[in-house]
Amino acid sequence: MHDITTLSKGYGTLTHDASKTKMIQKGLQAGMPIVLGYLPVAVTFGVLASQVGMSLTELTLMSALVYAGASQFMGANMIAAQASAIEIVVATFVLNFRHFIMSFSFSNLVRETIPLKSRLLLSLGLTDETFAVTSLKKENAGEKNSGYFFGTVILIAYLSWVSGSFIGGLLGEIIPEQLSQSMGIALYAMFIGLLVPAVKKSLRLLLIALVAMFVNLLFSQFISPGWSIVLGTVIGGATGIYFLKDEDL
Amino acid sequence: MIILYIIIGMAVVTALPRIIPAIIVDKFMFRDWLNRWLKAIPYAALGALIFPGILTVKSGEPHVGLIGGIVAVILAYFGLNIMFVVIGAIAAVYFLM
Repeated sequence: MHDITTLSKGYGTLTHDASKTKMIQKGLQAGMPIVLGYLPVAVTFGVLASQVGMSLTELTLMSALVYAGASQFMGANMIAAQASAIEIVVATFVLNFRHFIMSFSFSNLVRETIPLKSRLLLSLGLTDETFAVTSLKKENAGEKNSGYFFGTVILIAYLSWVSGSFIGGLLGEIIPEQLSQSMGIALYAMFIGLLVPAVKKSLRLLLIALVAMFVNLLFSQFISPGWSIVLGTVIGGATGIYFLKDEDL
Repeated sequence: MIILYIIIGMAVVTALPRIIPAIIVDKFMFRDWLNRWLKAIPYAALGALIFPGILTVKSGEPHVGLIGGIVAVILAYFGLNIMFVVIGAIAAVYFLM
């Protein structure tokens, strides 16, 4: 394969590779804020998980296999509280079901440009943050080699989460509490940093977000946070059927 | 050992909702209204993820997260790179603690 590529030094091959490199660069740029947001949170998770008695291998494995922040914090807490395995797994399912809707939205965005096999791999790396970043950079979705863009964002986010957890497990109790607590705002600040520029372009998008906030606030009084976020997202999104104009799409 | 089972169980129930849509999306032709719905999902998700969760940044003191959030909104409104939005919000919360 490699020989054929080097032999055909045509202009076509060069631009093909250039567009891949460019997409990877774009992915690094778009993924950097996620890395910055993830590292402190992942370190915090590592510290917390080691404090509840999980071994370094266990907590790193959890980050590598589960790869869903909120549910891992919850899992560590429930392990500490001696909850049963079934309880923890069901709670995780409920909390992470929101990815179903996100994955649907993402798959729909890239259905024309990214083949099924790559899409499967990418979907495994979808989180609240990678979904938000990749779907708000949708101008890249239609481009050639867009899989490299999405793959880069998702890969560096994943690596920062897993390595951050590992470092946190090593650090144990060294981090001062005031600093690790302040970092709880990091992910929220990132969500705000993504929403505000979109809202500046179209106030209708703010309306959708506000409905979702209100629905989430309302239902979070009665049901678990996971289901409440699902309902807020689905119902808030449904108002888009009426609010969204063609120029927003 | 039980922790390992918990981890595997959590991994399976987290992975399924992520990969199933990637498989079945090809089997659907989306009508216009459904397309609008799916396109609006990211903005709705951001809204639901931000609020009211942001009030729990420091338990028992909702104003801490709120002020951190307002700082983030202001920084983002003036077009700052998202990285500085995050750092600014962390700094604001750090001084409030």
